[in-house]
Amino acid sequence: MSLDPITLTVIQSGLQQVCDEMDLSFSRAAFSPVIAEANDRSDGIYSAEDGSLIAQGSMGLPVFVGVMQYSTATLISMMAEGKVAAPKPGDIYIVNDPYLGGTHLMDVRFAMPVWRDGKIFCWLSNTGHWPDTGGAVPGGFSASATAVEQEGLRLPPVRLFKGGELDQEIYSIICSNIRVADQRIGDVKAQAAALYVGEARLTRLLDRYGDDTVSAAIAELRVRAADQMRVQIGQIPVGTYRSTAYIDSDGVVNEPLEIKLAVTSDGESLTFDFDGTSPPCQGPMNSVIATTLSSVYLAMRHIFPDVPISAGAFEPLKVIRPEGTFLDARYPRPVSGCAAEVSQRIAEAVFAALIQALPGKVSASPAGSSGNFALGGEVPETGQAYVMYQISGGGYGGYAGGDGISNGCSTIGISKAPPVEIMEQQFPVLYHRYALHEGSGGAGEHRGGFGLDYEVELRAGHARASFVMDHGRFGPQGALGGKDGAKNRVLVTRGGESFVPEHLSKAQDIQLVAGDRVRVCTPGGGGFGDPSKRDPALVAEDVRLGRYTPEEAKALFG
Amino acid sequence: MLDNSEKAPQMTDSTLTGTFAGIDVGGTFTDLVYYDSRASSVKLAKVPTTLDNQSRGVLDALDAAGVDAAALDLIVHGTTTTTNAVLERQLCKTGLVTTMGFRDVLELGRRTRPHAYGMTGQFRPLIPRDLRLEVPERMLADGAVYTALDEEALRAALAELVDKGCEALVIHFLHSYANPAHEQRAGQIAREVWPNGNITMGHALISESREYERGVTAAVNASVQPLLRRYVERLADKLSERGYDRDLLVMNGNGGMVSARVVADEAAKTVMSGPASGVMAAAYTGRRAGIPDLLTYDMGGTSTDVAMIRGADPAVSHEIEVEYAMPIHVPMVDVRTVGAGGGSIARVDAAGLLQVGPDSAGSTPGPICYGKGGTLPTISDANMLLGRLNPDRLNTGAGGVSLDTIREAFATLGAKLGLGADEAAAAVLRIANAKMADAVRMVSISLGEDPRDFALFAFGGAGPLHACAIARELGVPRVLVPARPGITNALGCIVADLRHDYVATVNRPLDACDMDEVHALFTKQVADGRAAIARERVEIAEEKIAFSVEMRFIGQTHLLRVPLPSDAPTRDELQALFEEAYFKRFQVRLPEIRAALVNVATSVIGRRPEIDLAALIDAAGRKATLAEAQSGTRRVFFDGWCEVPVYWRDHLPLDAALHGPTIVEQMDCTLVLEVGDTATQDADGNLIVTVGAQT
Repeated sequence: MSLDPITLTVIQSGLQQVCDEMDLSFSRAAFSPVIAEANDRSDGIYSAEDGSLIAQGSMGLPVFVGVMQYSTATLISMMAEGKVAAPKPGDIYIVNDPYLGGTHLMDVRFAMPVWRDGKIFCWLSNTGHWPDTGGAVPGGFSASATAVEQEGLRLPPVRLFKGGELDQEIYSIICSNIRVADQRIGDVKAQAAALYVGEARLTRLLDRYGDDTVSAAIAELRVRAADQMRVQIGQIPVGTYRSTAYIDSDGVVNEPLEIKLAVTSDGESLTFDFDGTSPPCQGPMNSVIATTLSSVYLAMRHIFPDVPISAGAFEPLKVIRPEGTFLDARYPRPVSGCAAEVSQRIAEAVFAALIQALPGKVSASPAGSSGNFALGGEVPETGQAYVMYQISGGGYGGYAGGDGISNGCSTIGISKAPPVEIMEQQFPVLYHRYALHEGSGGAGEHRGGFGLDYEVELRAGHARASFVMDHGRFGPQGALGGKDGAKNRVLVTRGGESFVPEHLSKAQDIQLVAGDRVRVCTPGGGGFGDPSKRDPALVAEDVRLGRYTPEEAKALFG
Repeated sequence: MLDNSEKAPQMTDSTLTGTFAGIDVGGTFTDLVYYDSRASSVKLAKVPTTLDNQSRGVLDALDAAGVDAAALDLIVHGTTTTTNAVLERQLCKTGLVTTMGFRDVLELGRRTRPHAYGMTGQFRPLIPRDLRLEVPERMLADGAVYTALDEEALRAALAELVDKGCEALVIHFLHSYANPAHEQRAGQIAREVWPNGNITMGHALISESREYERGVTAAVNASVQPLLRRYVERLADKLSERGYDRDLLVMNGNGGMVSARVVADEAAKTVMSGPASGVMAAAYTGRRAGIPDLLTYDMGGTSTDVAMIRGADPAVSHEIEVEYAMPIHVPMVDVRTVGAGGGSIARVDAAGLLQVGPDSAGSTPGPICYGKGGTLPTISDANMLLGRLNPDRLNTGAGGVSLDTIREAFATLGAKLGLGADEAAAAVLRIANAKMADAVRMVSISLGEDPRDFALFAFGGAGPLHACAIARELGVPRVLVPARPGITNALGCIVADLRHDYVATVNRPLDACDMDEVHALFTKQVADGRAAIARERVEIAEEKIAFSVEMRFIGQTHLLRVPLPSDAPTRDELQALFEEAYFKRFQVRLPEIRAALVNVATSVIGRRPEIDLAALIDAAGRKATLAEAQSGTRRVFFDGWCEVPVYWRDHLPLDAALHGPTIVEQMDCTLVLEVGDTATQDADGNLIVTVGAQT
């Protein structure tokens, strides 16, 4: 079937619109702030044959780029093998198993077939980050878990909705195993509603252009997306580009984990080889294969933002499966850190390798941590339990066009940090400082952006502090002669005495009482280019504004 | 004339008597609508905007329309002085005094980046770090004083900022929405020592929590305040020289107008006033036409603005982001810019697909057809090549271009797609219309409404060119094309209401709210609003007060605005109204969960007397028959080339019925009726298009 190029563009926009409307609908109707405000969710359309990605919402959380095609593919093959019941119209599957094409347990996926003439035309799927899925600690980020069972409830693909109705039996099992279960129904309804919105919109598109035309367009768009990515890759000189990135520790064994990456370009495709990367670790800093692949894809999308997200765009990106490393963890390795932290180190490795080939397009390394600080305690007067999450940004890397921005969002996220005023309204804490992490920007012709420096005091009762951060051992990498950004620093002041947690950026359940304080200084971005080439006027400006002391400036920029 | 004497508003019957001028300054043109109620006559003018000093353009417009300022009863002015200052960062030197430990809030923002994908981009805080000073003071979230205000440190900080040459001052303390005492005391001290009146206190503009948003709003206000003050004073003086002795009114972003004497106090509210006045005119026109539910579609050269009007009330947002990381949290008509304008460039991407935008030729060099050096094919060029725009109007002077130049550009584009020039141009329009329809749809859905329940209100230079095609894409059944689409913003100036909005934060579970306290908040807001309107000394026909609350379910953070029937709702009424509004918006019922009351809000509106829109097109100029109104025929490309009739809008008999494909032209605007569309006019001279079936 031959397609005119205009219809092709219109169908491409139409498929994108279906996904964008699912994203919008999910966020708007979601109950929990993680989805409604932080947009920690994603929606897409997947092929009926193999689950490959047809289109994905442009407002989805970057870490989910490509992920759901693996869970959908697994679901399709498990159905074929008879391990999962086949769907009927109105059925929606739920799954959060990390080893079946997922991320961590908190990212819960729904998948629903779109039926045409009694056959599955394609799948719609979405992921939402639930605030809790059970496990040792509220929120699921246990920094010292050593097996996935400690991290929460693991669901294989089962039909949570049957014939359009919520299966109360399955739902009651879920609710019995998670915290604040009474609020979850709001998110479940929203997540399903988003799929119904997608189904209605896609049906309109199919009715208008015809199933055959749309199928042909999908196939053609896949070929063209691959071509488009190949053209972009053509800018990268043939050769191999190497990089290394480090994770401070796995939270259990206090040694750095190493990501070794060699990216080879043959002029039209890239091969990503993680040979030499550390073996699976005891603590929760393992990644599962779907997250590892997704991290590579999201890094490439940061570099080439114009290429639409689809299986075609991924075709020229060949990732050699990193078997035997912590980037391809198998059951029962704990994985809670994979989406928030490991993914960002993988992206950093991709940036650090490809900036050598594309100095005009790639930035030096960004802070690259979600900066999770969780404080769990009880309000003394009411006895009410709370869990406070402070996420924070850091400096971005300098780049050919200028300095990195300060307090930028995590590489894999798009969510805003909560205001201090809201935190103090909701939790018994007092912030003494919310300031620029002075001196943290990595020196360079274009310097890195600055991290954040905050200090918070527990005002009442007692609480437990946990940290899942990174870059405490090594700062974000400078590039092309630029210096590294400043490291992440955590300082706990307890009973008047200050200490740094043993794992620097990771700790679990540090006991605090009223009056104790936590100070966090997040990383600055890596510098880009030789610092001595920086315009002296810009160095003087940074000194005048107190971003560096005169001594620092002299030492860093000469 | 900038005195502060007060006078009660004059209540009159519902006919506006006198002579009025609405003057709107846009990016390219300054438009004027003059209305004389006694003669029911209208004068219009369109003159170039004078960017260096907008007041010259304003006077030019009066001259062009032959309007004697001394004889005017009222001038309402829409200005982009503050808009341009913000977007071009031509701001006054402004200093900040803030809570110890928090001076960097304005630089750190909320942990974001400019684009979801791409780790690059820049951000510059509104107030540089050396002009952000800290003083010891601290409130807690419940409004209790934790650290007293150190007045000596404050005086030292103020002296330093004055020394450094700051012209405006922001006082922004943590939790001032809960207890403004420290900000108020600091304001008192500042007024003693600050060399002028340009002092903005964070809580005064908007009393809501979130230190970044409140701080940026205050910083925007302060840093444009001296500019706006100088501008309106100069304009008022010039008008006064011409004998105009009444109050000058200025449009606000909330769609209301305020006296020039006080507008600069809350200068931030004028930043988005241009688009707001267009939407007010749309609401007014729609109400009179009996079409109160509208999606406005304002397509210009560089961008397209979309807004929603329900029951003749424009949707209002308290959270508009003017550009990346620049939120202004004051109530403003919710106008969304959706990208494409006439200057959007068509190209074939690396995948071999035709794309329109996001790159734009802007106004310089602009589309090829502007003849200002543009070489890349744009939406406007496609309209020109396909005869939708009148090719006779093509600038063929020195340095101009011919239709052949445009044809060549599309031939080059089409060659990559296997299409001829005409087909390529048609494809550009098809893709542009599909994309714009999607964008309008997203705006509508994000506001919780199905676009098919609305009519499209088309205005702006290019709105009526595309509106019928976009309506068809959207499944929108009707398009309303007002009598003067090109001067809608200026019309908004004359029909706008006086309006004052107030918001106060409660932020407690509904069950823990003292309802008497809530009712008292409403009472105070009403009193404040009435006093403000009284100060404006403008004739109003009717006072309208709208109460609303913002609520959420406990455990949620996103807020839903709920209109209230009265200022004394009971607890149960609030819960019930909220649940109903929540279901309507999200189609989810959550009876298990209790609600929290976050904000209470009141809008006090002084409705102005009625204006007869029928006068916008001179009845005497209308011809008796459709044939007489036809100015000619022209070859226009629809599915192929065809010869279609072209009508002159001002000549159309009121009872005329039009059938697409056809073209209706007027001074500054062209309407395209697609194949299958039909149009009639109402008593006000609006064209009401019934959109044909989707092809």
